[in-house]
Amino acid sequence: MSQRTVTIGSKVGLHARPAKLFTSAAAATGVKVQIAKAGGTPVDASSILRVMTLGAKFGEEVTLTAEGEGAEEALDQLASMLATDLDAGQE
Amino acid sequence: MTTETTLRGAGVGRGAVVGPVARAHPAPVVDAAAPAEADRAAVTATVRSAFESVADALEARAERSSGTVANVLMATAAMARDTELAEQVAVRIEAGQSAPFAVDRAVAEFVDLFTQAGGYLAERVTDLMSVRDRVVALLTGQPEPGVPALTSPAVVVADDLSPADTAALELDKVLAIVIERGGPTGHTAIIAGQLGIPCVVRVVGASRLTDGTVVAVDAAAGTVVVDPDDDVRARVEARRQGLAALAQRTDPGSTLDGHAVALLANIGTAEDAERLTDAAVEGVGLFRTEVLYLGRTTAPTEDEQAEQYARALRGLGGRKVVIRTLDAGADKPLAFVTRDGEENPALGVRGFRLVRTAEDLLRTQLRAIGRAAAETGGEPWVMAPMVATVEEAAQFAALARDAGVRMVGVMVEVPSAALRARDLLAEVDFISIGTNDLAQYTMATDRLLGELVDLLDPWQPAVLDLVATAAAAGSAGGKPVGVCGESAADPLMALVLVGMGVTSLSMSPAAVPGVRFALSRHTLEQCRALAAAARAARTAADARAACLAEVDAEVREILAL
Repeated sequence: MSQRTVTIGSKVGLHARPAKLFTSAAAATGVKVQIAKAGGTPVDASSILRVMTLGAKFGEEVTLTAEGEGAEEALDQLASMLATDLDAGQE
Repeated sequence: MTTETTLRGAGVGRGAVVGPVARAHPAPVVDAAAPAEADRAAVTATVRSAFESVADALEARAERSSGTVANVLMATAAMARDTELAEQVAVRIEAGQSAPFAVDRAVAEFVDLFTQAGGYLAERVTDLMSVRDRVVALLTGQPEPGVPALTSPAVVVADDLSPADTAALELDKVLAIVIERGGPTGHTAIIAGQLGIPCVVRVVGASRLTDGTVVAVDAAAGTVVVDPDDDVRARVEARRQGLAALAQRTDPGSTLDGHAVALLANIGTAEDAERLTDAAVEGVGLFRTEVLYLGRTTAPTEDEQAEQYARALRGLGGRKVVIRTLDAGADKPLAFVTRDGEENPALGVRGFRLVRTAEDLLRTQLRAIGRAAAETGGEPWVMAPMVATVEEAAQFAALARDAGVRMVGVMVEVPSAALRARDLLAEVDFISIGTNDLAQYTMATDRLLGELVDLLDPWQPAVLDLVATAAAAGSAGGKPVGVCGESAADPLMALVLVGMGVTSLSMSPAAVPGVRFALSRHTLEQCRALAAAARAARTAADARAACLAEVDAEVREILAL
């Protein structure tokens, strides 16, 4: 089991557009990735409904976990995505 | 003799219009007792493709829209493509539920989660429900829920409209929106307000209106007249034309006899300021800076703030801008300053009182404002919220002048500040009356409690007395007195305020044309008479009625006061 802990970089939190971009990317990795807030129940990182319900805000930490082939690469990619402001450049 | 019926609700805006009803189709009904389909694998595949079709249609619509609307539609489409939702539906079908019921229940689980989470997620429930409605309609052969394609201008009538429905409206053909549910602060009302479409929400009986029935919609009165007679039609048409003419006016605020009263806008962000670049307002009377701080875990830096203030000043291009320093606490808590465990946060460490625990926060903000002023060559006026004493006013004035601010003021929101406005004005250059908080503190009534709304009426005699006391102190000292609460947006109250000596009125930009019109039809002397009539009354209702009886008849008719 691999994991990454990362601080949410999107100013609006992991909502709306950032949530959509993140879940699409998680689905595209083809790896089963889970995401959880500290002490919370892990949820499917490719489900926008689950990720939105997580309610991760700007500056909060989340943990990504995955296992099996491609897990490390998928986690690296998704973690760096979460650390950036995915809503930047939007009006 | 007339057969007309009048339905009532809460109006949004002041518009009025007559036109035929076009019904938006309601959400499809799911029969919970329907038998499960025999071939479970086949029906699961059908459901998956129904979700796909709905997502495709939403995305196609998003591409034809822009801005916020497009983002909402894309997010809704993403919900329709959600893997976990599809999985839950499949599990339910496997367990023997019919396909439409499985979709209904699976969505309902997420609706519960979103509702429990509250805030932003709770507001997304309508989007989730529109996914459910579209998929169920497709599966059961019911008409696509939402607004039909309009061939001619019509009044759209619905139970409620989702953002997706609202986005799909053909604006050039929508005369008005009438909904049975929703609320004055719901998304349909907000969008209609932004688009300037007359809208009445919470209209009991709207769902019984049928396609083609002619209705007269009056947002100012909050009424929908079914089968209006010629009289009603003529009145509504006169209102429509009158309001259209008012919206074209760009002249500065002034009474009939030329007494200038600046008409200003309330804003919360630099983007709001930029939207005012071409608007017919004389500046900004209240820039609520707390939006910069909300939802953050640390305070914005001086650089970050200076950039935002400079953008706002540039957006207004030399017009007046009144910046209010951070008003955190009470209903606007901030993670990095608000203290937990205050029993009465509205009476606690909020507004300027934060200087007691976090002086750096205020100093940083004032420096950022000073820098933005120097960079842009603008001269913002700066005021502090929730000042109660002369010492506080003096302390704020010293801090602000230290940062290079030249026009320093304080808000009058606390009765003590209103009663001793004369002494506060000896320390600062101007005051601005926040009527919402002043009413809350005068009447000892929580602003957030809907059931006590009668006590918060700005026409309450004691509130009027305090406003008059503060305004008189400004007149006596020759210093500007603004009003930046809800009161300023009410054309009738605006006349009273001017009569009391208020020199500027700040409101949402949409309210400016009505106030400009009302002012231009009355002399300063008439405004003074209205103020006297209001203050002579013993109750809020009497005060308003006394003014209404004296106001210019055409103003009363066109603005539907």
